[in-house]
Amino acid sequence: MTPVSTDPIPATPSAGLWSKYAHVLSMGIQNTLVYRTNFLFRAAFGLVPLAATLFLWEAIYADKPAGAAIGAYTLAQMVSYYLLVTVVDAITAVAEDDWQIAADIKDGAVSQFLLKPLDFLAYRLCLYLSGRVIYTSVALIPVAFFLFFQRENLVGPAESWGWILAPLSVLMAGLLQFLIAYTVALLSFWVLDVSTFIFIQFAFEFLASGHLFPLDILPDGLHRLLLWSPYPYLLYFPVGVYLGRIQGADLWQGFALQLAWVVAAFLIARFVWSRGLRKYTAVGG
Amino acid sequence: MFSFSRYSGIYAALIRYSLIHEMQFKVNFLLWIIVEALWFGLQLAFMTVLYGHTDQIAGWSRWEVVLLVGCNQFIQQLFHTLFVTNLSNLSELIRKGTLDLLLLQPVNTRFLISVKKFEIGNIVNALMGLVVVAYALAQLGRVPTPAQWLGFVVVCLAGLSVHYSLMFLLACISFWTVRAQGIVWGYYNLFNIARLPAEAFPRGAYRAVFTWVLPMLLVSNVPAKLLAQRLASPWEWLALLGMAAACFVASELFWRFSLRHYTSASA
Repeated sequence: MTPVSTDPIPATPSAGLWSKYAHVLSMGIQNTLVYRTNFLFRAAFGLVPLAATLFLWEAIYADKPAGAAIGAYTLAQMVSYYLLVTVVDAITAVAEDDWQIAADIKDGAVSQFLLKPLDFLAYRLCLYLSGRVIYTSVALIPVAFFLFFQRENLVGPAESWGWILAPLSVLMAGLLQFLIAYTVALLSFWVLDVSTFIFIQFAFEFLASGHLFPLDILPDGLHRLLLWSPYPYLLYFPVGVYLGRIQGADLWQGFALQLAWVVAAFLIARFVWSRGLRKYTAVGG
Repeated sequence: MFSFSRYSGIYAALIRYSLIHEMQFKVNFLLWIIVEALWFGLQLAFMTVLYGHTDQIAGWSRWEVVLLVGCNQFIQQLFHTLFVTNLSNLSELIRKGTLDLLLLQPVNTRFLISVKKFEIGNIVNALMGLVVVAYALAQLGRVPTPAQWLGFVVVCLAGLSVHYSLMFLLACISFWTVRAQGIVWGYYNLFNIARLPAEAFPRGAYRAVFTWVLPMLLVSNVPAKLLAQRLASPWEWLALLGMAAACFVASELFWRFSLRHYTSASA
């Protein structure tokens, strides 16, 4: 299935900008529904290593006196950290987008975007959003099941403003996640097989975003240094905001940096796209 | 009829072909080695961070866990070298109907499907795993006897066979669902838990399933314990050998069952 092959332009020529992209969004949702079983397996299998990580932490805490903390995390707080990482990851992670974008370039499907009044980045963003809608709804089943079993460890936001700020940072995390994946996939303009770059990028992301462990259990200097990179703003920061672990000056500085990285990633994506088009040979016409 | 020299001749030809194919893309070849090395480093980094906050996890010291991660890397990368690409490709063979062609070859079809492509680059990563194993052994001050090294080879092969049989079995599901990538991808999540100490899991459903149904908690744990000389009883390695045999038989039965349900896609 190649979503690009479907004509993304609405039938009525007078359709406005928003209805144009709303059309892409609904088309994306229909196309992504094909993957629903895949998504369900992915979300369900993903819980196996999550459960393993939680068991590992429980074994570590079991050797310590009751109520002991590791880097300011009690066992319950550590468990909620991983649970929330799973939720944010389900909402924002890219599933097939980077591979599809790479394929669009390799197959020459990008050509139609040079001829039509449709922006490729906006088009892919709509498809990413529709993919996230489907993935999150499908993943909700196994994840909710898992959360139910761990419900005593799942805490609400520490402060009421967490209900507003956390979704805001998740939204920006999603944008940043998309822009990073989009830019890496654009390397297809230059290299034959972009998958190695996708995996190298993902390895750094896995560590520095806080997917493996909360970044503040690292030595303080390293933790502070990582906060200047874009990765913590994908998982660690939104989760920290929700849990109320990031407060005061750190909170505002974090939001400023998150926004700065979204803007920077957007500009880099635009730049790479324009440079890439100069190399583009429109394979397959 | 099975003839060893004939099959080894075919395998040698397949390896030669894979090498020629691989050498066309030298940069990519090197990049894949780097990717795998990065993920290995990531696993070691995770353990380093954990041991920054504790001296032992469920009775495993830091260097024992590093030994475990190294053993796991060795087995997993051998698995990649020999089988992973081929098994993930099975759903494509079925979807496109290419399987017809393989079924008609005068060679065992399962053999052809399983070993068609040989990923030479992953051998380098498997060796990195062995280097870490040796380093961890030195840190622990343990010197395995030749008999223990021989035992290590045997249990590693058993672990490899478990991975192969289970992934083959999962890949066979694509005879029914065409888009089986999600299932194969799911296996990556399963073998991620093989590098964790089995004792860290409380006795219960989870540990039982991953020991006696999908024996992930045996494949790397047993070789590591053998080298670290901390096997509690011979039952541990016997369990691995037994499960390896059971998994292989199960996968062969399921393969035959699946083939009977094969309705070609082309032709």
